[in-house]
Amino acid sequence: MVKEIERAGIPVVHIATVTPISLTIGANRIVPGVGIPHPLGNPKLSEENEFKLRKSMVLKALDALQTPIEEQTIFS
Amino acid sequence: MKKRVVHYINNFFAGVGGEDMAHIPPEKREGVVGPGMALQPALGDEAEIVSTLVCGDNYMGEKTDEALDQLIAWIKEEKPDLVIAGPAFNAGRYGYACGSLVKKVQEELGIPAFTAMYDENPGVDTFRKDAYILKVADSAAGMRSAIPLMAKFAKKILNGEEILGPDEEGYFERGIRVNYFHEKRGSERAVEMLLQVMAGKDPVTEYPLPKIDRVDPVPPVKDMAHTKVALVTSGGIVPTDNPDHIESSSASKYGVYSIEGMEQMSKDLFTSIHGGYDRQYVLENPNLVVPLDAMRELEKEGVIGELADYYIATTGTGTSTDNAKRFGEDFVNKLKEDSVGAVILTST
Repeated sequence: MVKEIERAGIPVVHIATVTPISLTIGANRIVPGVGIPHPLGNPKLSEENEFKLRKSMVLKALDALQTPIEEQTIFS
Repeated sequence: MKKRVVHYINNFFAGVGGEDMAHIPPEKREGVVGPGMALQPALGDEAEIVSTLVCGDNYMGEKTDEALDQLIAWIKEEKPDLVIAGPAFNAGRYGYACGSLVKKVQEELGIPAFTAMYDENPGVDTFRKDAYILKVADSAAGMRSAIPLMAKFAKKILNGEEILGPDEEGYFERGIRVNYFHEKRGSERAVEMLLQVMAGKDPVTEYPLPKIDRVDPVPPVKDMAHTKVALVTSGGIVPTDNPDHIESSSASKYGVYSIEGMEQMSKDLFTSIHGGYDRQYVLENPNLVVPLDAMRELEKEGVIGELADYYIATTGTGTSTDNAKRFGEDFVNKLKEDSVGAVILTST
């Protein structure tokens, strides 16, 4: 799905925990997730810190979308 | 003396729970466990599975180095003649775990190792050049045919027999060329092939070109503050009644769901139907996969122009790449019509 979005000319960032799989399927902009069952947060944290973590990850993803790249890049 | 074999499997095949136990760290068991019970008799008297190593796929995916170091240490102690991992069928994380392990066993210990997977397992493309990966069916229903294949291959390695090409042995092509003398010289074969083409036949090539489908990175978003962003997920987050009946694995469809006016993904309105990860956290808080709460705040802060008033979802586990491609080709039309300028795609 990532490739088809990119092929259509829309910048896309893939947030995924197992980044080697993301590389294999051909995502170009990749942000590592926190954990497989909870890519965007850590349920062990308090609700407030958990939200802060998620927001920071989304910001990282938005940064990745605004970064020029030549090849597959993991933004960690 | 009997040859020594170490077998690696995940927690599921070891009978230690399902997704809820995919976080378990490596453990070592004496003798055979799970698929090893069928593999041992197929190997016969010449080889013995001395121990079975087990690890949760999530643990392996998240703490790969720690898991591999522990497994390698145990394998070293066992001094095996061969390490067999899987079969992983079409389980992506399991395939990745098996591939990572057999690669490391060969590189660090110099011990032969192989695994087995289904054609579309992402582990195949990642590790096919590093190790033998036998071709097996897409689900555990194919265990019965996988075992004799794996046992036969194992015996060849243990007996030091020559491993022939991928077609003869049933493994995925590794991109290795081996020189040999053909009964006919190249010019003769080329002319024969040409004649076949002219006769409208379809000769088998001697040099298949790699099929690499890569998309060049598109230029970045220039003005995020005026860009419409959409969320897409393969994490199986759907409205609680799953109106499109999206499958919990091997999805044949995707859904488009409204988040208009919502500040966050409410656990009362949304659920996860994904059969490939432990859902306990996401059922409490679907924002862990579809980060609506964070996106709304960034929308208010003006960091992004706006958030599309829907998100797109399917289940990624076991879903064929052909289906995933078809979903993407289909929903990009909607994204384009709606002037979406950037996408965040989350996977579990």
